[in-house]
Amino acid sequence: MPLYHNDDQAMLKDSVAPFVAEQAPVAHLRKLRDQADATGFSRDLWAQFVEMGLPGMLVPEEHGGLGMGHIEAGIVLEEIGRNLTPSPFLSTSVGAVAALAKAGGTQAARWLPAIAGGEAIVALAIDEGAKHRPDRIATTATRAGNGFRLDGKKSFVLHGHVADMSIVAARTDGGITLFAVPKDAKGLTADPRRLVDSSLASHVTLDGVEVDADAVIGEVDAGGDVLDALLAATRTGAAAEMVGVGQGAMDMTVTYLKERKQFGKLIGEFQALQHRAAHLYGEMEVARATVMKAQELLDQGSDGARLMVSVAKAKAGRAANLAVREGVQMHGGIGMTDEYDIGLYMKRDRALAEFMGDVHYHIDQVARMNGY
Amino acid sequence: MSDLDAFRAEVRAWLEANCPPEMREPIRDEDDVCWGGRKWVFKNEAQKQWLEACVSKGYTVPDWPKAYGGAGLTAEQTKVLKQEMKRINARSPLDSFGIWMLGPALLQFGTEEQKVHYLNQIARGEIRWCQGYSEPGSGSDLVSLQTFGEDKGDHWVVNGSKIWTSYADKADWIFCLVRTDKANKYQGITFMLFDMESKGVTTKPILLISGNSPFCETFFDDVEVPKTQFVGELNRGWDVAKYLLGHEREMISGGGAGGDMVSIGALFAKSLGRNDHGELDDPILRAEMAAFDVDVFAYRAMGERFMDMWKTGRAHPASSNMMKYVGTELNKRRHELVMSGGGSDALEWDSPETKGGARPRGWLRTKANSIEGGTSEVMLNVIAKRILDLPGA
Ligand SMILES: Cc1cc2nc3c(=O)[nH]c(=O)nc-3n(C[C@H](O)[C@H](O)[C@H](O)COP(=O)(O)OP(=O)(O)OC[C@H]3O[C@@H](n4cnc5c(N)ncnc54)[C@H](O)[C@@H]3O)c2cc1C
Ligand SMILES: Cc1cc2nc3c(=O)[nH]c(=O)nc-3n(C[C@H](O)[C@H](O)[C@H](O)COP(=O)(O)OP(=O)(O)OC[C@H]3O[C@@H](n4cnc5c(N)ncnc54)[C@H](O)[C@@H]3O)c2cc1C
Repeated sequence: MPLYHNDDQAMLKDSVAPFVAEQAPVAHLRKLRDQADATGFSRDLWAQFVEMGLPGMLVPEEHGGLGMGHIEAGIVLEEIGRNLTPSPFLSTSVGAVAALAKAGGTQAARWLPAIAGGEAIVALAIDEGAKHRPDRIATTATRAGNGFRLDGKKSFVLHGHVADMSIVAARTDGGITLFAVPKDAKGLTADPRRLVDSSLASHVTLDGVEVDADAVIGEVDAGGDVLDALLAATRTGAAAEMVGVGQGAMDMTVTYLKERKQFGKLIGEFQALQHRAAHLYGEMEVARATVMKAQELLDQGSDGARLMVSVAKAKAGRAANLAVREGVQMHGGIGMTDEYDIGLYMKRDRALAEFMGDVHYHIDQVARMNGY
Repeated sequence: MSDLDAFRAEVRAWLEANCPPEMREPIRDEDDVCWGGRKWVFKNEAQKQWLEACVSKGYTVPDWPKAYGGAGLTAEQTKVLKQEMKRINARSPLDSFGIWMLGPALLQFGTEEQKVHYLNQIARGEIRWCQGYSEPGSGSDLVSLQTFGEDKGDHWVVNGSKIWTSYADKADWIFCLVRTDKANKYQGITFMLFDMESKGVTTKPILLISGNSPFCETFFDDVEVPKTQFVGELNRGWDVAKYLLGHEREMISGGGAGGDMVSIGALFAKSLGRNDHGELDDPILRAEMAAFDVDVFAYRAMGERFMDMWKTGRAHPASSNMMKYVGTELNKRRHELVMSGGGSDALEWDSPETKGGARPRGWLRTKANSIEGGTSEVMLNVIAKRILDLPGA
């Protein structure tokens, strides 16, 4: 398959891009933030996503979705990134769907149609400390009655306080097991914190939460594969969103270089800025290609996907970070103001960079996957 | 089975039957790369056999039309052929400036007669070309070039000199930018082709910091060039020159991918040793190599996307400048790390154990990557102007 969008994908982009830009531009984020919105996203907007079939893009057709792939989901995520749109799309429609579709069974049948229909928001309760360390999960699931008892603490759980269900990764006797924990489960508390990018992420406490045996997503002790699918999809999705954030910041900055005058010239005439802008362009193009390659390999179910996903998260992380830093710098004083949008790009980039493994984590993963 | 799958199966079988085992070994010495031409001496029978096999299928230039010595493959088929060759580590049967640079320019601007004549020669490896662009006073500002061709009716008399002419002493013919109208800067250059054995052409090799001498000063002293031997329109050679540079930059950018070196960290973990956790036993170098590996894997994806788009006319026409900039800067970084990983062994300049200082010489050679074919700074200027549309660039 060639590494550019085919006609169907280009059509999808042509319908999603104006939709997101019109319904949820940066002003939409600003409004939610200034109203101290307690949900973390707009339910009205999510209803519009549902009308367009977006939440179920990755949901297999037999579960009421569109059965599309990561390239298509990436198209939506890039627009979400470009417009800094607050949305549960990445957690719910990408991460959770990837896990449930991989696992199949009762929980897939229960939740996939609900996600596709826009009735369920799902949160991913994976991290436990300030850094992403999925190989060191300490939350425990012990057998109790005909089910399990969950104990532990989770952090950086986006939408955790409003999720209808949380996917909780826990340690069982013989390995890792994933559980679908419904929002009304006794002993489950979510304490939402406002993050730098105005999103809400929860510290989740599982204090003797009892779930039935069929709450297991996939098989007991064999959740590693399901977790891997969840992580691969979410990381790739976050990388696609970062490409959108970086591109949005870069476009804004290049436009500014053509408008702002100092020393009697447009600042875009200064070679010192031209070269940095051109360098940034190259980094963004490489990041975009890398993310697309990771999406392609994931869609093909290729063995090489794992490596490329880490490469994509790291590369998109570097490129988007450069874009927002250069963005603020090249705007001069106005780039430092809350009123101007470029700073919001810098904030969202920071949060996405940390989500599901930062640049350093993924560079280290690439070394490990190459045997050093 | 799709057509493409059928083609893949066919290619695989053909390669199995025709690519000699010696041609599936990594490149070790410079003469492992076959450049062809009148003066070429095959290193061994396998190199000759492999070239002949590929020539007979049109696989030295797979995406050129059959009439010009190619195989007439589509972009997708060409990609499959490359993938299958890579799968068995098959060497390139023929490398040349004719394939990478002049060929594409002739395909775009040549007359039918020129295409049939020169392209077939290039495809068969019968002619080796050199590039006469740069002059002592005209490097980045190439259009200021002064080598002059005086109109003598049915021929020009060319006087002047070129510099940094790669392989001028080994080449059979030169494609050369010659001023034919002194009054007109951009529209006063003609893109000429002539034999390096023409009377009045001399070359003088120049030694590089690598200690090797792959390029020359080239002097033209009353060289007669028939007025049939030019490409495109008279005085409009600049259009041809720029188009060719796009292809040259695309070619040079390929070095960024790193050839056989899949992962630099994996390579040096073997020689530098590992700690108790199996990690390369030099944590900061490991981190730098891993960060570099990320950029290389990313760049390979970029290379794939770029070629897919370039070959189907979807790429921005100036995007080969971005590829060249990113790819050459990456290759220079690679060789800095190769030197660090090699330690004091990599400093040895001529010992047999180091194959005559292959590493330091290779490292020094890569410094030219961001100069030859247009410097990195010039690439950034072009991106700023043509892609980002920045003012005054
Ligand atoms: C937090 C903060 C506090 C401040 N406090 C004060 C204060 O107390 N008093 C006061 O008077 N000012 C203050 N300033 C203003 C500050 O001095 C200016 O913001 C600064 O001089 C840049 O000017 P500018 O914002 O107009 O950016 P511009 O001059 O428009 O610059 C925009 C971009 O173009 C680049 N650029 C401009 N000219 C060139 C060139 N010739 N070559 C290459 N690049 C160029 C700049 O480096 C920048 O990246 C403050 C600014 C901030 C952010
Ligand atoms: C190994 C090697 C092989 C070569 N092979 C060939 C060949 O086969 N045929 C051929 O014709 N040429 C060849 N070249 C020449 C090559 O194309 C030139 O060296 C190159 O175009 C730069 O020109 P210059 O050396 O005159 O440097 P200059 O143009 O003098 O540049 C000097 C420095 O100034 C910078 N600079 C110049 N202009 C600008 C600007 N506008 N903005 C910012 N910075 C600028 C450059 O980037 C560079 O860093 C080869 C060069 C090398 C090193």
